[in-house]
Amino acid sequence: MEELKQKLSDILKPDKKNRRHLIYLLQAVQQKSGYLSKEAMLAIADFLDIPGSTVYGIATFYNQFRFTPLGKHPVKVCMGTACHLVGGKLVLEAMARELDIEVGGITPDHEFSLDRVACVGCCALAPVVVIGDSVYPKMTPPKVEEALVIIKPVSQEQSEKQ
Amino acid sequence: MTFAEIQNQAKSDWDSLYHGQAPHILIGTATCGRAAGALSVVEAFNKELAKRNAEAKVAEVGCIGLCSLEPLVTIIKPDSFAVCYNNVIPQVVPTLVEGYVLGDDPCLDLALGTLGGGEGEAVYIPELSRFEHEHRLLLRNCGYIDPGNINHYIANGGYSSLAMALKMEPAAIIEEIKSSGIRGRGGAGFPTGRKWELCRQAPGETKYVICNADEGDPGAFMDRVVLESDPQQVIEGITIAAYTVGAHDGFIYIRAEYPLAIERLKLALEQAKNLGMLGDNILGSGFSFDIEIVEGAGAFVSGESTALMYAIEGRRSMPRARPPHSVKSGLWGKPTVLNNVKTYAYVPLIIARGADWFSSLGTEGSKGTAVFALAGKMVSTGLAEVAMGTTLHELIFDIGGGIRSGKKFKAVQIGGPSGGCLPESMLRTPVDFDSLHKAGAVMGSGGVIAMDEDNCMVDTAKFFLDFIQKESCGKCSTCRIGTKHMLDILEDITAGKGKIEDVDLLVELGEDIGGGSMCGLGRTAPNPALTTIRYFRDEYEAHILEKRCPALVCKELIAYYILPDKCERGCEHCVLACPVEAIGSTEKGIKVIDQTKCTKCGSCQLVCPPEYNAVVKLSPPSLVPAAGAKDKG
Ligand SMILES: Cc1cc2nc3c(=O)[nH]c(=O)nc-3n(C[C@H](O)[C@H](O)[C@H](O)COP(=O)(O)O)c2cc1C
Ligand code: FES
Repeated sequence: MEELKQKLSDILKPDKKNRRHLIYLLQAVQQKSGYLSKEAMLAIADFLDIPGSTVYGIATFYNQFRFTPLGKHPVKVCMGTACHLVGGKLVLEAMARELDIEVGGITPDHEFSLDRVACVGCCALAPVVVIGDSVYPKMTPPKVEEALVIIKPVSQEQSEKQ
Repeated sequence: MTFAEIQNQAKSDWDSLYHGQAPHILIGTATCGRAAGALSVVEAFNKELAKRNAEAKVAEVGCIGLCSLEPLVTIIKPDSFAVCYNNVIPQVVPTLVEGYVLGDDPCLDLALGTLGGGEGEAVYIPELSRFEHEHRLLLRNCGYIDPGNINHYIANGGYSSLAMALKMEPAAIIEEIKSSGIRGRGGAGFPTGRKWELCRQAPGETKYVICNADEGDPGAFMDRVVLESDPQQVIEGITIAAYTVGAHDGFIYIRAEYPLAIERLKLALEQAKNLGMLGDNILGSGFSFDIEIVEGAGAFVSGESTALMYAIEGRRSMPRARPPHSVKSGLWGKPTVLNNVKTYAYVPLIIARGADWFSSLGTEGSKGTAVFALAGKMVSTGLAEVAMGTTLHELIFDIGGGIRSGKKFKAVQIGGPSGGCLPESMLRTPVDFDSLHKAGAVMGSGGVIAMDEDNCMVDTAKFFLDFIQKESCGKCSTCRIGTKHMLDILEDITAGKGKIEDVDLLVELGEDIGGGSMCGLGRTAPNPALTTIRYFRDEYEAHILEKRCPALVCKELIAYYILPDKCERGCEHCVLACPVEAIGSTEKGIKVIDQTKCTKCGSCQLVCPPEYNAVVKLSPPSLVPAAGAKDKG
């Protein structure tokens, strides 16, 4: 616990030691680690001096938080209204099939994780997929495969260099 | 610096851009522009300009609302027209630089039109007829000014309302807002002036103002565009509200799915603070106020006002029963004003141009303009701002350009998960709070989604109920269990397992949930189902009685089939595209789908070359000819 708190010391700063910053702290930890581990949630509970169950209760209430690690290229498929009307679900299914994981899952090589999101505000370009920081407009099942092939070799090269 | 000095400085910064010696290139880099590749266009311009040693500047601006034409680029020349180009790709950048930045050829074949506006006038493109139907107030600067430069906002009249308001009595400001007739743009349409008055009158030293930028409707993006393209107008409005009610701390609660809006808002706050528009002793008035950004954590119900306050407090965002109203006991139990992004953005305009001017726009009960996000099957998707009372028909056909690909209009969904689906016969409905309510929809957030013959109304109702059911906070059982029950019934119907009594049961459940839920989420949740039943009952009946989905959407009720006499035989597109190897070939080379393997992903239909167009959807699936008949082709 102390070791973890040390690791999170740039987030668990004295000026954030207030119950009202709980959601912010969860967001910051998730931003840093990609997900919320049980240990991280307990560290936050300890820091704010509130029960771990409270932290867990808040974290599970909001859609943003995840409890399993995020892939190197987090894939988010939009399931908002505009995307739904033009086949967003087919895109999500294609993504799940191509990556061979379920929604909320991660590939064994930790390259990709898959989530759904309700509208990223690009409805005019629906259906939309967000991979990392990039928005992919007007997706179709065949384009899913293309997009993944373009991303994958790049990251493999990168990891080989490292 | 006095405000007059700040204005002068802003003016010269602005003039150097729009009236300078060198050409300027404006590139829309809001989220929609970026998704369409605007950043690579920016890079291409910078590279080309450097290569040609050209003296020209690139400025990133927000979104003009023509999302389907992104990336949009405007080239401004000192003594010539400002020409706007649509769907620009990096490959044409050298042509544009050679042609219009350096030369005198405006490259008309690539152009969309000329860009007008600015200096108090709203941005417009005279060549596009849709602008004749629009009335841009909040969008007046969007796509025209650099949202990352507060001077552009000030040079166009920005912050003069705050300077004026700080010299007014708060009671006089309330009077002005009240007589303008403005109602909140977050959906419910509560009179804004009344809200401020109640909060001002509420006893207590500490008060708060909150801006609701949660924009939870999954299909609306007006608030995002306003914040990404002209954030200062929102900050100015919030600050005027704070002065009026006597608050010193403000919060903007914004959804985390909008990273660019958050980034631009942070920069805007910093710039406002540096110029003394926020912080201690604002413009020497003695009034101090600051704004903090709180990022939402993704829950639709957080957009409800009491829930949102719990979210800021770091709690679960579950709405509570009212009274007490937030204006008396809101954030941390203190009197609080909470308004939508757009509501605040109107405030500086009302102060500057007067309540009479504002109330002269719109209808009896709904004053001013309304901003809509046009999406779905329209030709030109994007943002539109029209006077209240404009008809849905004008919005969809004159501004949105009608339905694309020559398809037929079927319905318009307005107001998001709380709203309804209206058929063609209701297109004469004026868009204002009361008319839409009467039609069974709501103004809601302002999402307008057009649907064509390929969209299934039962599936649409199911989509919204699925969303609502997942987002219900669970506090009251009417909403938690009721919406689940409605969803189960809709799932049965779309799977061909519905019973004809189910339709009336849905109506009965819907009315009970609408009447018995505690917050607006549950109270409006049945609207999508109720309106589709009201206007499209025949589609429900086709699903139930004929096991047929007329729009060919519901998976369990359709099958893909390759027309033997249309199949080209030699081509293997569908075979290669099928992810589950469900497509085989007859001896004659005709492709055949194995219905037992098919997952109905639609890939074969997408890749079948348009000149053959051999893949069709059939409903009910029993229409697929039995195997054995297939070799006849
Ligand atoms: C479930 C639910 C979600 C809501 N989501 C939003 C939202 O995303 N943005 C918003 O401005 N108002 C939303 N509202 C409306 C707010 O409760 C509130 O009425 C509004 O923000 C007040 O601001 P206004 O007076 O300026 O309209 C929502 C209401 C409900 C019941
Ligand atoms: S619905 Fe997908 S981006 Fe809005």
